[in-house]
Amino acid sequence: MDHVTIYIILAGVLGLFMAWGIGANDVANAMGTPIGAKALTIKQAVIIAAIFEFSGAFLAGGQVTSTIRKGIIDSNVAAQAPELLIFGMLASLMAAGIWLIVASRAGWPVSTTHTIVGAIVGFAAVGLGVDAVSWGKVGKIVMSWVVSPVLAGALAFFLLRSVQKLILNTDDPIANAKKYVPIYIFATGFMIALVTLFKGLKHIGLEFSDAQNYGIAVVVGLIITGLGMFYISKLKLDPSNDKDFQFANVEKIFSILMVVTACAIAFAHGSNDVANAVGPMAAVISIANEGVVTQDSPMPVWILLVGGVGIVLGLAMYGKKVIATVGSNITELTPSRGFACLLAASTTVVIASGTGLPISTTHTLVGAVLGVGLARGIGALNLSVVGTIFMSWIITLPAGALLSIFFFYFFKGIFG
Amino acid sequence: MASHYFSKIFSQSPFTAMQDHMEIADQCVGQLVPFFKAVLKEDHPKAKEVYKEISKLENKADSLKKKLRLHMPKGLFMPVARRDLLELLQVQDTAANQAKDIAGIIVGRKMVFPPNVSELIPDYVKRCVDACKQAKKVISELDELVETGFAGKEIKIVASFINELDSIEKDTDKMQIKIRATLLKMEKNLPPVDVMFYYKIIEGIGEVADISQRIGSRVELLLAK
Repeated sequence: MDHVTIYIILAGVLGLFMAWGIGANDVANAMGTPIGAKALTIKQAVIIAAIFEFSGAFLAGGQVTSTIRKGIIDSNVAAQAPELLIFGMLASLMAAGIWLIVASRAGWPVSTTHTIVGAIVGFAAVGLGVDAVSWGKVGKIVMSWVVSPVLAGALAFFLLRSVQKLILNTDDPIANAKKYVPIYIFATGFMIALVTLFKGLKHIGLEFSDAQNYGIAVVVGLIITGLGMFYISKLKLDPSNDKDFQFANVEKIFSILMVVTACAIAFAHGSNDVANAVGPMAAVISIANEGVVTQDSPMPVWILLVGGVGIVLGLAMYGKKVIATVGSNITELTPSRGFACLLAASTTVVIASGTGLPISTTHTLVGAVLGVGLARGIGALNLSVVGTIFMSWIITLPAGALLSIFFFYFFKGIFG
Repeated sequence: MASHYFSKIFSQSPFTAMQDHMEIADQCVGQLVPFFKAVLKEDHPKAKEVYKEISKLENKADSLKKKLRLHMPKGLFMPVARRDLLELLQVQDTAANQAKDIAGIIVGRKMVFPPNVSELIPDYVKRCVDACKQAKKVISELDELVETGFAGKEIKIVASFINELDSIEKDTDKMQIKIRATLLKMEKNLPPVDVMFYYKIIEGIGEVADISQRIGSRVELLLAK
């Protein structure tokens, strides 16, 4: 068997393994939220995650995958040593996969995004030379890691404030909930559709004019809103529910909204994180087949398909358990809060995906949770745990880099 | 599988725990009504029985308080200041302690109250227990306050509850003055040590209403942010 075939098989196996790992572990943070808020059962959460993670990965994952595949490493330097690039990308996949397993087992915060970026920068800087890394791009990516939780926090803060002002603090919260929740549903559907249309669909050959994009987004928003209003009308709003907690019925109405935003976050997560698995895989296969990866190489669509399938498999086979564990402990998040967190996070992630920036969905979600806390919306948040999660990059980046460098020389030794 | 790192961000809401604690404290204070009924009938065995119940409830309140404190480390980010909440908890607990202390003294001395004073005591005790119930009503609104972000209509509702609490406490003050005046007229004919203890108990019952009113004031402080 010649080397090229081995590379492709290795890339495929490792890429699928990473995707499986993302589905098994990473999805749980986003989907645990609606379960904790009792807006979804575990079964429903898994089905929604499967459908929307795949859709997000396939329809909107192109830009970020492009960045991971060829945006971080300077193409001129890469062109001079394509085989080294193959070793490096394979090494990055190995590193990220192993770190995913180790961190999950140890209960440490896991960021597949930070790991893969650290791994790629690591092997490139050490194995190919410091000039090999597009430091400008890496700088932008690191900045986005800072901006995304802040943006999500601000969005969540204002979303919750608007809910408090328009619905919760009014004289008739239930009537106002029935009036305004459909608007929030429309906003969610419209926003996700719009960002995806504007930025994401080029690789499957769909491109529309600006006006058409807005039009389609409005239609999508209206359809989802219609469904939402239908389900709201079917809710049994028993006045006796409000005996112990006045807002029990209002929160029930918000549950419908939370289902919509759960779909949104699954879509967003798929769109941003599929790249961590299939980006390096795509790089290896492109180089192995064509000998080089230039800035203009189009991305093969089936790569995203494989990524999406991998995520769904991981989710179905193992992710269920993790989602149940996460959800069982997030019981203090009511639907109105959960909605604010998820809409803020999914908006931020989808915008990042559209701009081709790989960000950490978990950090973004934590930022949103803090935003809701700042709006005095949550009973108690453990700031020490938040701090640990945010500081985890200090370990993750070097860990990914070191593992990747090790495996780079390992592969170089075997095949080079 | 051990607790996942992400879910550890969310800690058990202290507000529900505060409401649970107040419920127990209120039950404890509420037992003063059957307690004094037995004491005024001079049914000492029955009084002792109710006292045991009061003591049991006060212990339950204590352990709830300890548990709550353990779940409120310094790194907890809440919509209100941690110290404000812990101090409110302490006042809530004091209400239960006070009920137990009064009942303990009466049972220990097998106290018998003089006739004119005994007539005024049931209404007095009832009104002080009402104050505690009103304080519980205020505390029950805590989770609604969290839901609305401590703003809007809910604040007006809680403020009106606190005003009602203040007026109940004023009632008990007036009643205490009347009982003390009645006792004053009789005190020269009664054993002096017993009289001092009568005054102490009257003041102690009134203290229950004072503590309840203090609970209301502390919640007002929480709203003021």
